[in-house]
Amino acid sequence: MQDAALLDAVERYLRGEMLPEEKQFFEHIRQTNPEVDALVVEHAAFLNQLTQYGETRQLKTQLNEVHQQLSREGHIDPPPASAKVVMLWKKYKRTVFVAASIAGITALFISGLISLVTPKVSQSSIDQLSRQLNDQARKLKTVDTKLDNAVAATTTFTRGGTGFLIDGKGYLLTNAHVVKNATIVEVQNTLGAYQARIIQLDHQADLALLKIEDTSYHAFNGLPYGISKASADLGEDVFTLGYPRPDIVYGKGYCSAETGYQGDTTAFQLTIAANPGNSGTPVLNNDGEVIGVVTSSQQNAQGMVFAVRSKNIFNALDAMKADSTLQKTDTTLSTLKIPVNSSLKGMDRKQQIKRIRDYIFIVKSN
Amino acid sequence: MVNLGIKYSTSVRTETNEQKLLEGLAHNDRKAIEAIYKQHYNMVQSLILSNNGYPEDARDIFQEAMIVLYEKARSGSFELNSQLKTYLYSVCRRLWLKRLNQQQRFSSEVENLEETVPVEEELERHEQRNQDFQVMEQSLKNLGEPCKSLLEAYYLEKKSMIDIATDFGYTNADNAKNQKYKCLMRLKKIFNLTKK
Repeated sequence: MQDAALLDAVERYLRGEMLPEEKQFFEHIRQTNPEVDALVVEHAAFLNQLTQYGETRQLKTQLNEVHQQLSREGHIDPPPASAKVVMLWKKYKRTVFVAASIAGITALFISGLISLVTPKVSQSSIDQLSRQLNDQARKLKTVDTKLDNAVAATTTFTRGGTGFLIDGKGYLLTNAHVVKNATIVEVQNTLGAYQARIIQLDHQADLALLKIEDTSYHAFNGLPYGISKASADLGEDVFTLGYPRPDIVYGKGYCSAETGYQGDTTAFQLTIAANPGNSGTPVLNNDGEVIGVVTSSQQNAQGMVFAVRSKNIFNALDAMKADSTLQKTDTTLSTLKIPVNSSLKGMDRKQQIKRIRDYIFIVKSN
Repeated sequence: MVNLGIKYSTSVRTETNEQKLLEGLAHNDRKAIEAIYKQHYNMVQSLILSNNGYPEDARDIFQEAMIVLYEKARSGSFELNSQLKTYLYSVCRRLWLKRLNQQQRFSSEVENLEETVPVEEELERHEQRNQDFQVMEQSLKNLGEPCKSLLEAYYLEKKSMIDIATDFGYTNADNAKNQKYKCLMRLKKIFNLTKK
């Protein structure tokens, strides 16, 4: 407490609050006791700093208040609207100049280098060359016009496969890998060739939905076959109709395994003759129901073919119908109805094939 | 006929006017602060904006210049060797150059739009005071509550010990005084440590 009382006395002394007698007494102590004197000096300095701190802080608060008030009242110029851009420009002006001059010097250097390296050609020969070029250009133009006339016929298709209708309006199913990245798709059946458009690809199931968009195409009223949701039983006889060649080819075989390549449960294995071009070929059972779509075959193994289960067709289509952006690009998509019942039950194979073949198409894409 | 009235030149009038403003500033008179702000802020803002600065920079720089001016006024010299405008401009220009240098922004030159007066010495003093201010600010922050508020109430707001005892919930002024003493000792200790 002694120290506290002393400090209190120092503060009162510094503030000039002491009575004359007390002050006299204190000054006497201060003179005789250097420690007290040092304390007075030191504490005075400290209090001074504290007071200055307080005053500056108060001023800062005031300044901020004034600033806000003045800008509210419009006495402070608002920065120009383009200020940000101007400031950025100003800030990076030098950088831009430096960059620009480096670019300029480089360009000059390179163009100088090129003119140095380029063989000197006399003016007259340049003239000749350009005349020749003009002639060439004229020739090219004539060729061009000829080509223009022929262009429709000469679109080269690089890939092909098979597809089959799942809706008489012209909805066609094939493998995604047949038409992937294609810009032009043409389909062809026994009746004619038609332009088609890719509606959607399902790479997971390797299925693609196409739509025939051709004025010469006449919609079918219903399909002879149905699409089965059930899978093939092991050992069940199946047949295919596809286009491994420009002519339709019939194949006969059986379901040899209930899973596809490397145990893929969305597919199954057939033992049947299949060749490139069979991709997208429907796999039908004896009742004329589509139970799968041929996708691939095992390399180095004769007759080992994989087909994606027809159940995936339903899944893929449900997903497409749920896609609102697709609905916009193809307004009839919502009316697409997959046939479930086959009208081929009990018919012999020749009759079945005759009824089906018009619904199977060659799919060609670029 | 000769008119006997005295005509003061305008410059004499502005000088007396500016002197009054400085006196006002020294006493934290809000009217004076407002007047100086109103008259000179836009000039400083355009200086900063045309030299790679943002409006916030202008605000910082101008307010620091106001503190420099305040310190000058507090030291008792209300007499400027130049017009207030020139003085403020010179201080702001100097401060902004220094800021640009610290931030290593481009443009080591600030366009000289107005005439300037030498202010280096004053800015050195200001720099010292500014450091003291920061040391005290930091010390008070480190001191923590309730000591900080207690000391501020007594030394800065000049409240009486009786009021402080009521405000801070001490049973009597003596208790508050006792507490204040302890706080002050701690602050001094922290202050001396922070200073080093």
